[in-house]
Amino acid sequence: MNDASGLDAKAYAASMAQALGLPLTPEYAPQVEANLALAFRLVQLVLDFPLPDEAEPAPVFSAEGHGA
Amino acid sequence: MKDWTAEPAFRIAAAIRAGEVSARAVAEQHLAAIAQRNDTLRAFTDITTERALAKADALDAARTQGQALPSLAGVPVAVKNLFDVAGLVTRAGSKINRDHAPASQDATLITRLEAAGAVLLGALNMGEYAYDFTGRNAHDGHSRNPHDTARMTGGSSGGSGGAVAGGLAAITLGSDTNGSIRVPASLCGIFGLKPSYGGLSRAGTFPFIASLDHLGPLARSVMDLALAYDAMRGADPLDPVCARGTAEPVTPSVEPGLKGLRVTRAGGYFTRMGEAEAFAAVDLIARALGAKGSVEFPEAHRARAAAFTITMIEGSSLHRDRIRTRPQDFDPEVRDRLIAGAMLPADWYVKAQKFRRWFQTEALKLFTQTDLILAPATPTSAPLVDQQDFVLDGQTLPVRPNLGIFTQPISFIGLPVVTVPVWPEQGMPIGVQIIAAPGKEALALRAAHWLESQGIVHAKPAK
Repeated sequence: MNDASGLDAKAYAASMAQALGLPLTPEYAPQVEANLALAFRLVQLVLDFPLPDEAEPAPVFSAEGHGA
Repeated sequence: MKDWTAEPAFRIAAAIRAGEVSARAVAEQHLAAIAQRNDTLRAFTDITTERALAKADALDAARTQGQALPSLAGVPVAVKNLFDVAGLVTRAGSKINRDHAPASQDATLITRLEAAGAVLLGALNMGEYAYDFTGRNAHDGHSRNPHDTARMTGGSSGGSGGAVAGGLAAITLGSDTNGSIRVPASLCGIFGLKPSYGGLSRAGTFPFIASLDHLGPLARSVMDLALAYDAMRGADPLDPVCARGTAEPVTPSVEPGLKGLRVTRAGGYFTRMGEAEAFAAVDLIARALGAKGSVEFPEAHRARAAAFTITMIEGSSLHRDRIRTRPQDFDPEVRDRLIAGAMLPADWYVKAQKFRRWFQTEALKLFTQTDLILAPATPTSAPLVDQQDFVLDGQTLPVRPNLGIFTQPISFIGLPVVTVPVWPEQGMPIGVQIIAAPGKEALALRAAHWLESQGIVHAKPAK
């Protein structure tokens, strides 16, 4: 899903709420959709940036454990 | 008796060590200030009077017996209410977590502050589950800015900012995932330290975004930040990202002045999307520190976007079950963001984490050219408490997600930052970020201390 900014927030919210069992009442829907629209716009900036397949994600993990 | 509620922590501790005032008297003054002003400021949600007075009495007794008192002896402190405080429910700004049992022990940083002599006064208001830049809270009331109570404190560590600026505590602890120490420090006109990621233990605190969460102090002087940081630093096997805790002490390095420090400004992204006051504050600090030129954090706008994405998805993952079962018990301003975040695909999260590594690699190269980088802390001074939108570069934008546009790319890669307060001739204060390379907190504190010693920045007690 490399085109986030083209998504329809209203339709997306309705289908995802149904698929994932999330609450989307008429009271919640306008702000949920507004937050999705903002997320789509911002996520697109991340998706547009080319990174090689070898790019490592940032989280820290140590096979020895952390308290060692 | 002298009013100790306006004094910095290092002076309070020195006076108590010297016997000029008792720890009990200082604690009682602060408890009286809380009783008088907290209904307005909404800074404290829990007040630990018995605990505070017992600790103060123990310090006074130790002094009477001739024992040397530690660095923060008798300093009144308080913590954001996502810290575990033994005997209190860790509410994390929420209604839902009030159903939890009271904490059985203190968070690591509280234990360490108390070992250094601090007197815990209580727990502080915050934006629900720390998903906030405003200090607003539907359950406990909105934190209010002591310098103008019609205005917001900034958040999410809103009570932490308001308590220090309002003279209710000398040092407070906050958390900073995307800017939640630096934003209230800026809006409340005080100093804040967001250490390097992994620099201070998060054990015993309610999380928000494990990938990005930091803890740190807010105070009315730079020396107070340094003393608090040194009291709290060190490895903690209970926090996976602070397990090795190699941070060096900073207090001995605070005073030498500017000699040898290379300072520059953040260009590009950090010169747009703000009010003139934000950039004027950076100009003032840049001139004072002799900053040369500017450097550009590459793709900073994407860094902010990636931090935003990671926050939405990790935060929603943490709260997914509560969103499903108790949506009506959330602060509406937080709930709707979490529901939206729960709908985003994993692919976007992984790409944002990959971008984070790329951005870190590029950003760290900047520190071969400079020691410190200056940037605005917030795009404006404190908005009104109920203000929903503001205009930045001609665009009308919601306040809540956008107060942190200048802090978010920096915490994204865990760089240490000291926020210093600048006061215009009229009006509200605004902060400037002094950003250093990882582990170089001491350099940012050194520059901040010099600015404070010259009277260029200061924390003005609220009237």
